[in-house]
Amino acid sequence: MSTNSHDHAALAADFNKDEPRVDWHDQTLWWIRQKRDKAAHTVPDWEALRNTASRIKENVLSNLSEYLQSFEAAAIANGVTVHWAADAAEHNAIVLSILRKHQVDRMVKSKSMLTEECHLNEFLHEQGIEVIDTDLGERVVQLAGEPPSHIVLPCIHKKKEEIGEIFHEHLGTPAGNADPQFLTHAARLHLREKFLTRRAALTGVNFAIAETGEFVVCTNEGNADMGAHLADVHIACMGIEKLIPQRRHLGVFLRLLTRSATGQPITTYSSHFKKPRTGQEMHIVLVDNGRSVHLGRPDFRNSLKCIRCAACFNTCPVYRRSGGHSYHTAVAGPIGSILSPNLDMKKYADLPFASTLCGSCSNVCPVKIDIHEQLYKWRQVIVQEGYAAVGKKVAMKGMNWVLSHPSVYHTAGKAGRWLMGKVPFTVNNGLNAWYRQRDMPAPPKESFGEWYKKNKKS
Amino acid sequence: MRVALFIPCYVDQFYPQVGIATLELLEKLGCTVFYPPNQTCCGQPMANSGFEHLTKDCNRLFTENFLGYDYIVGPSGSCVLHIKEHLHLDKLEGYAAASAAAEVRSRVYELTEFLTDILKVETLEASFPHKVGLHQSCHGQRGLKLSQMTEVVGPAFSKPVKLLKMVKGIELIDLARQDECCGFGGTFCVAEEAVSVKMGKDRVADHLHHGAEFITGADMSCLMHMEGILHRQKSGVQVRHIAEILNSRL
Repeated sequence: MSTNSHDHAALAADFNKDEPRVDWHDQTLWWIRQKRDKAAHTVPDWEALRNTASRIKENVLSNLSEYLQSFEAAAIANGVTVHWAADAAEHNAIVLSILRKHQVDRMVKSKSMLTEECHLNEFLHEQGIEVIDTDLGERVVQLAGEPPSHIVLPCIHKKKEEIGEIFHEHLGTPAGNADPQFLTHAARLHLREKFLTRRAALTGVNFAIAETGEFVVCTNEGNADMGAHLADVHIACMGIEKLIPQRRHLGVFLRLLTRSATGQPITTYSSHFKKPRTGQEMHIVLVDNGRSVHLGRPDFRNSLKCIRCAACFNTCPVYRRSGGHSYHTAVAGPIGSILSPNLDMKKYADLPFASTLCGSCSNVCPVKIDIHEQLYKWRQVIVQEGYAAVGKKVAMKGMNWVLSHPSVYHTAGKAGRWLMGKVPFTVNNGLNAWYRQRDMPAPPKESFGEWYKKNKKS
Repeated sequence: MRVALFIPCYVDQFYPQVGIATLELLEKLGCTVFYPPNQTCCGQPMANSGFEHLTKDCNRLFTENFLGYDYIVGPSGSCVLHIKEHLHLDKLEGYAAASAAAEVRSRVYELTEFLTDILKVETLEASFPHKVGLHQSCHGQRGLKLSQMTEVVGPAFSKPVKLLKMVKGIELIDLARQDECCGFGGTFCVAEEAVSVKMGKDRVADHLHHGAEFITGADMSCLMHMEGILHRQKSGVQVRHIAEILNSRL
C-alpha cells in the first residue's frame, strides 16, 4: 500500500483511473517493443553484439579516469574548451557563465537527459535565459509545462488531439486540427525561426570517443545539427560515463542503439562533432553528479553502461501501465528505478519496488545491465538504510516469525482458512488491497500437509 | 530416486490439489517421494520486499528440511528460483551449514524442468480435452529458462509446452503476448494494486480473446492472481496448475 500520495504506487493508481487511456499507452509502447523485436531478429549475431557492447562499457568503467583524461587532452587539442562539473549546480553554473560571457539570453537545446537531471531549464529560466527545446516531443511537453515522460519519446503520453490543442494555444494553429503532418509542419516553421535567430546551442552527447576527443549526437530530426551549425556557441553536456575508447567501437553501439530504441536500423542523424568551425566556440561539460559514487557501488556500477535507448521502458509492463510521470524523476522506467536511488535514496525509495521483477528489461538491454537483479538489490539497501515504512517492517517481521516456526505456521494457516470460510468479511473487505478488484481463493477444508498426514504418512 | 516434495506455503494452504497432483505425478513416474512435514516457506515474500536479512530462520529451516535427498522438486518456478539464487547460510553459522545450503541449492528443481531434464519424460498417460492457454510465469521462464523468451534472439524451446503436448486431447491456444507478466509480483500485488490488477486483467483478456477454457502455468501464484480476476468478472474460465493437467486421468 502506498505510503504517501506522491510515490509511484499512488501516481500509478491515479494514471489507472482512465483505463482506456492506459490501454492506449500500453499498446503504443508495446508496438514499439514489437518493432524492436523485429529489428533485433534481423541481426543474427544480436546477442553477441550485446555482449560486445557490454564488455566495451565494462572496460570503460574500469578505466574511466584514464579515458576521461585522454578525451580531455584530445578535445583541447581539437580547440574545444573542456569543463568539469562535480554536480548539477556546477553544471548549471558553467552553462550560465558561457552564456553570460557571450551575452546570450536565448538558447536552443536538443535532447539531453542530463540537463533534465540537472534541471537546467528551470535554473536558466530563473536567470532570465529562455531555452527552446528543439526536439519535437520535448517542445510539446515544454509548451505543456510538463517534464518528458520517456527519454526517447518525451511526449508519448500525449494524444495527437492534445498536441493539436497545445499547438493551437501556443503556436496559433487552427483549433481542432490534430493532423500529425500539419502539426509537424507548424512545429518546423516555429523552430526554424528559433534556429536562425539563436546564437547559442546546447546538445547532449550519445557517445564521446576517448581516443579522438570527438563526440557523436544521435537524433532523428536533425535538430541538434540545425542548432549547433547555426550557433556561434555550441555547448555539449555529457555524463562522464558516455565515453567509448575508440571510434571503431561506434559500430557496435550505433547498430544497437536505435534497433533497441525504436526498431530503426540507425538514427537518421548520427553526427560527429570534433572541432569548432572558424569563428565558433565549442564547449564540452563533463558532469559527474553522483556517477563516481555509483561507480563505487559494486552491485550497481554496471547501470552506468546505459546508452539511454529506453528499450527497458517499452518492454516494462509496469511502465506501460503507469506512465513516465509516475516515476517522478528525469529518467523513468526500470533503468531510472536503479539510477535514481543513487541520487537520492529517500526521495526515490519507492522506485525499486515499482516492478514485478519479471526480468524483461534485462533481456532487452543492449548493454546487458542486470536491471531486475539490481532492483532486487536496491530493495535490500533501501530497507537496510531505514527507508521502509514502519507498517511494512512490522508486517514483515510478523510474517517471518510465523514462517520460521512450523507449528505456528500450521496453526495460523488453519485458523486463517477457518476464518475465511466462516467469516469471509474478515478478509473480503475494503482494507484488503487484494480484494478490491480480485476475489480471494476459496479456502480448502484441509491443507496439503493435513491431507498428506491423513493419507500418506502411515 | 529419493525426491523431496517442496510445496510452497500458499499452495499448501490454498491449493492442496496442486500438491497432490505433483505428488501423484512424480510417483507415477517412478520416484520415491517424501514430504518433509516441517517445511513452511522459501522466504521469498520477505526477500523480494527488501527484507532478505530477516530470512535466515527460513533458510535454516528449509536447509534442515531438505538436506539429504537426491532431488528437491517444487511446483513453483518462483519459489524454486528464490531457493536457487538466495538460499544462503552464513559462514558464521559454520562451514557445514553454508555447504548444506549450497547442497540444497544445487538439488532443487521446478517440476517441469525436473520432468524434462532429469526424468527425461517423453510420454505421459494424461488426457485433458480442452482449449488451454499457457501462462509463462516470469521467474520460471526468464529466471529458470523454462522457455525461450521473446526478447532474446535464439532457438525456440519450451519445457512446459513440450510436456503439455504429450497430453491427449489438449488444444493449446496462441496468445497475442506470449510472455508478458501477469502483474502478481509477490507483495507488488497489494503494494501496487492498481497496476497489478490492470496487468492481470490484460493477461486474462488475452486468454479469453483466444478462446481459452482453462489457463495453466507452472506457478500457482500467477494463477491465483488471474483466478481472482476471472472470478470477480464471473467468468467460467478456470485456472489449473500444469501438474493437475499432466496428472489428469485418461
